[in-house]
Amino acid sequence: MKKTVFLGALTVAGLVGGAAAAATLDDVKARGKLNCGVNTGLVGFAAPDANGVWEGFDVAVCRAVAAAVLGDPTAVEFVPTTAKTRFTALASGEVDLLVRNTTWTFSRDTDLKFDFVGVNYYDGQGFMAPKALGVSSAKELDGATVCIQTGTTTELNLADFFRRNNISYEPVPIETNAEGQQQYLAGACDTYTTDASGLASTRAAFENPGDHVILPEIISKEPLGPLVRHGDNEWGDIVRWTLNALISAEELGVTSANVAELASGPTDSPEVNRLLGTEGNLGEMIGLGKDWAVRMIAAVGNYGEVFEKNIGEKTPIGLARGLNAQWTDGGLLYSPPFR
Amino acid sequence: MSHDNIAFHRKHMLPEAPPPVTETGAIKWLRENLFSSIPNGILTVVSAYVVLTIAMAAAPWFFNGVWDSPSLSACREMLDGRTGACFAVLTERWNQLLFGFQYPSRLYWRPTLAFVLLFVAIAPVLFIKYTPRGLLVLTGLYPFIAYWLIWGGSIVVPVVALLGVLFGAFVYRRTMTASAGVAVIAGIVAAMVFWWAAGAVTAGLSGVMALEPVASRDMGGFMINLMLGVICVSLSLPFGILLALGRQSSMPIVKWICVAFIEFIRGVPLITLLFVANVVLAYFLPPGTTFDLILRVIIMITMFASAYIAEVIRGGLAALPRGQYEAADSLGLDYAQSMQLVILPQALRISIPGIVNVAVGLFKDTTLVSVISMFDIVGMIRGPILASTEWNGVYWELFGFAALLFFITCYGISQYSQWLERQLQTDHR
Amino acid sequence: MTTMTDPPKASFRLSQLIYDTRYRSYTFQFIALILLAALMAYLGANLVTNLADQGQNISFRFLAEPSGYDINQRLIEYDSQSSHLRAAVVGVLNTLIVAFLGCLTATILGVVAGVLRLSPNWLVRKLMAGYVEAFRNVPVLIWILIIFTIMSAVMPPPNAFRGDNATASMVFDAFAFTNRGVYTPAPIWGAGSLVVVLTFLASIIGVIYYRRYATRLLYDTGKLLPMGWPSLVILFLPSILVYFVMGQPISLDYPALKGFNFSGGLHIRGSLIALWFALAIYTGAFIAENVRAGIQAVSKGQTEAAASLGMRPNRIMKLVILPQALRVIIPPLISQYLNLTKNSSLAIAVGYMDVTGTLGGITLNQTGRAIECVLLLMIFYLTISLAISAVMNVYNQSIALKER
Repeated sequence: MKKTVFLGALTVAGLVGGAAAAATLDDVKARGKLNCGVNTGLVGFAAPDANGVWEGFDVAVCRAVAAAVLGDPTAVEFVPTTAKTRFTALASGEVDLLVRNTTWTFSRDTDLKFDFVGVNYYDGQGFMAPKALGVSSAKELDGATVCIQTGTTTELNLADFFRRNNISYEPVPIETNAEGQQQYLAGACDTYTTDASGLASTRAAFENPGDHVILPEIISKEPLGPLVRHGDNEWGDIVRWTLNALISAEELGVTSANVAELASGPTDSPEVNRLLGTEGNLGEMIGLGKDWAVRMIAAVGNYGEVFEKNIGEKTPIGLARGLNAQWTDGGLLYSPPFR
Repeated sequence: MSHDNIAFHRKHMLPEAPPPVTETGAIKWLRENLFSSIPNGILTVVSAYVVLTIAMAAAPWFFNGVWDSPSLSACREMLDGRTGACFAVLTERWNQLLFGFQYPSRLYWRPTLAFVLLFVAIAPVLFIKYTPRGLLVLTGLYPFIAYWLIWGGSIVVPVVALLGVLFGAFVYRRTMTASAGVAVIAGIVAAMVFWWAAGAVTAGLSGVMALEPVASRDMGGFMINLMLGVICVSLSLPFGILLALGRQSSMPIVKWICVAFIEFIRGVPLITLLFVANVVLAYFLPPGTTFDLILRVIIMITMFASAYIAEVIRGGLAALPRGQYEAADSLGLDYAQSMQLVILPQALRISIPGIVNVAVGLFKDTTLVSVISMFDIVGMIRGPILASTEWNGVYWELFGFAALLFFITCYGISQYSQWLERQLQTDHR
Repeated sequence: MTTMTDPPKASFRLSQLIYDTRYRSYTFQFIALILLAALMAYLGANLVTNLADQGQNISFRFLAEPSGYDINQRLIEYDSQSSHLRAAVVGVLNTLIVAFLGCLTATILGVVAGVLRLSPNWLVRKLMAGYVEAFRNVPVLIWILIIFTIMSAVMPPPNAFRGDNATASMVFDAFAFTNRGVYTPAPIWGAGSLVVVLTFLASIIGVIYYRRYATRLLYDTGKLLPMGWPSLVILFLPSILVYFVMGQPISLDYPALKGFNFSGGLHIRGSLIALWFALAIYTGAFIAENVRAGIQAVSKGQTEAAASLGMRPNRIMKLVILPQALRVIIPPLISQYLNLTKNSSLAIAVGYMDVTGTLGGITLNQTGRAIECVLLLMIFYLTISLAISAVMNVYNQSIALKER
């Protein structure tokens, strides 16, 4: 879309946002910034730190895409979205990419006209309860008050779970994770339910995380992944292979520390060479430079590094790799080959 | 009748006695105002008891307040079991409460300066009787300066916008003689054409006197409330006047369009209009364009405020005696002239208190944007601040602060409005 | 005027469309109509293109599909297998409940505060002024959140009522104030309770007739019958008698701590209380101002005239001031009711499941049918406000001063 400079200046000023024509890639390049939809605040996944800089596991995916496309991991405009606004933001073109712990479901992929490009976190819905409540299983929650984020798949799973087990509950609907946390801590609900990763992240923000337990039941499959608008396959490919490159890099042992060295010349591993662009021209096939993956890995690291830095066992959130280990380690992460 | 029959006859005046103790000074005041009857006395005692209880409970909380502490737990430790407030959250998160958490901190001076200038710009309007007319130029310039300060970017943008407005106004003046309606349309078209042409001419000037641009989604805190309030109220005034005139019009089609618009907007809650801004408006724009959320919200709130202001002004128009309309007609003034010179100045004067009421209501309603995930002051409190590990659970200080900010602003505005009402009274009551 | 002849038709020029006041209005209306049609067509075309681009359509079929989510406060039978339409109806009923409760409470508060603002008692006057200013100048959303915080963060959780050293206890063993809401006893309607209810309704009608009769007697003959205690007797005695005759058919279901929460009794949730009280207190402040303005609008001469006829102060209020003040008070009062109903959509901030929460919230999110849901939501509110406006117009006409 061509505009006069006056309107262009307004764009810079932020009054008129970028145009979302069919070719998202061109728009992003013209704008020089990637608009990335993230959570309004979920520590470890996407949350601004004390200086207002966004950090987290989902944020790293945004930064990786920005590094691959624009060469600058900081050229990202983070748009905080709630469960309610996220899909509109993506559909209307307000964001180019949505990485907001969103579950990949049939209807979202088809009826809502989005494309999930992959899974960056295999999750499942769990329950958190105070230790003092003395509950050891979700099936003991008959008659409990449950805090639940509205507009999510967890809400529907919850209804199904209690119906299937023929026990009753009282839902307390909340809008954002922040509210859920406050309600739960104030004791307005007995238990809080959301994705297990979200529970861990929420619990990490508590003053006394040790006083709360995450119940063993995982009542659903929640594959969380980045998604783009349906129809722009070129852009979808870029995001899909950025995610795959993050995963492959870990599998191949490419880290942010050694990527510069590995990329300086062809190594003896052909797949590493293809990934890092020292052999073949995979980068050009998706409209990015040869060294797209190098820029990206140098900026954010590989999947394992991102995981350990933001949500891994050494962080307050303390999530184990579990399902999110590489397939070679018994997990589900399995990137198609770079070839 | 003779004096001898009288038993006693005073020969001189008694000295004036002071009034009884119960009829003077504090006691009289107490008797009349607090204990005039038994039920009144009981009422006084009960209310005094309630007031004292609340004050006694709040005083230690307030005076033991901790103003400097990194987190709630540290603050509770400092209080050491005493009742006390943790006002430290206000000092620690001061900038976030006012500017949101994404506005670059080195640029805080810009919105602050814009805020200070707001008073300079608005003073000539508020105290129109006491300030020279020439200062109104400042008011006219203010929107463009404020835009430049808050959003940044090249100064060319506001300058071109200003020139376009001036050009439009010039064309309006020149075509006034033909017909008011034509002049309005001509003025708007002229401004549009000017902007379009200027856009092409100034193509290379985007770096001239450029301030660092700030995206509107980086704004937050009380700043957003103030911005939405000021922008939407000022934009809705002209629209409100047009709608009110349209509703009073003798042309049935124009009238019904205005009536339908006003009644529709007044019939639905603001929150549904914000939902429209948030999730529906994008469907009605040309494919491929997106507006920033803040601009969409400004559009919807302006529409909302216009409808209410139109009703207030309609009240003002209806309150004018019929004779004023007839007098203007009999002078041979056409519609535009009679409106501009005779009717509107009087009608607007009558409507000022109503307009101020709408403005205050609207300013309070700007907090609703927190529901659609914008981080205004309420959004900041409920989201990033209360969810942070440091400040989880510190409710009263934060909500109290937000309430206080709104109270000061709104109470100030309504006091001004009452003062103005007294100033504008032209009758001799 | 009769001597004026019509201008000859032949002399019509195109410029007359603008310059001739006879034709100008047609020109403008035509232009306005064209502009409106063009705008509509433009928006409509954009909508169609956008929907086609995203492969969506406008369809209300989702209303019949199972909603899949649960709602905590429901007046009618509803579970996660019910349709989205039923969820919307549950929401509508919840909106109406909070609007009704809010209007009722706001009226009481507003009238009391408005009258007390004119009280001769200085302290009470100032207190009421403080109440009015504090609530009128702070956004209702903040008040809702403050009261909700009181409900959820200050009240004890249900398990504080448990055990031997419970830190909280029930009031009269019947009311429990917890951070999840207030539990009160609920009536159980046994067999024969219908008779008791009917008796009570009949008693109300009886009271009205008695008072009418007494008034007429007073006006006709000057004989003053007592009003207060006979009314109470008529109101309660028959019902109480029937209650015992029918064998005490109505009993109370007391809430009791069971499992995680109290069960039994009536559960008034914290979100409802927060919304109800905040709206009532906020709107009450506005109504207080209306009431004060209404009373002050009655000129002092009326009071003095009535006093000079020898009427007592409370009769002056009842028979002279109030009938005139009500004429001023009621129209703004009704528009305050309308505001309160519209403000009840802020329920979404505290998770009260009104129609904005179900239809405009969860249903919208789960189905992604934004346009349809927002449209239905607007139609609902529009219907309510148009209905209230209609009532107001009828009322305004009925009380309009019959000037001669």
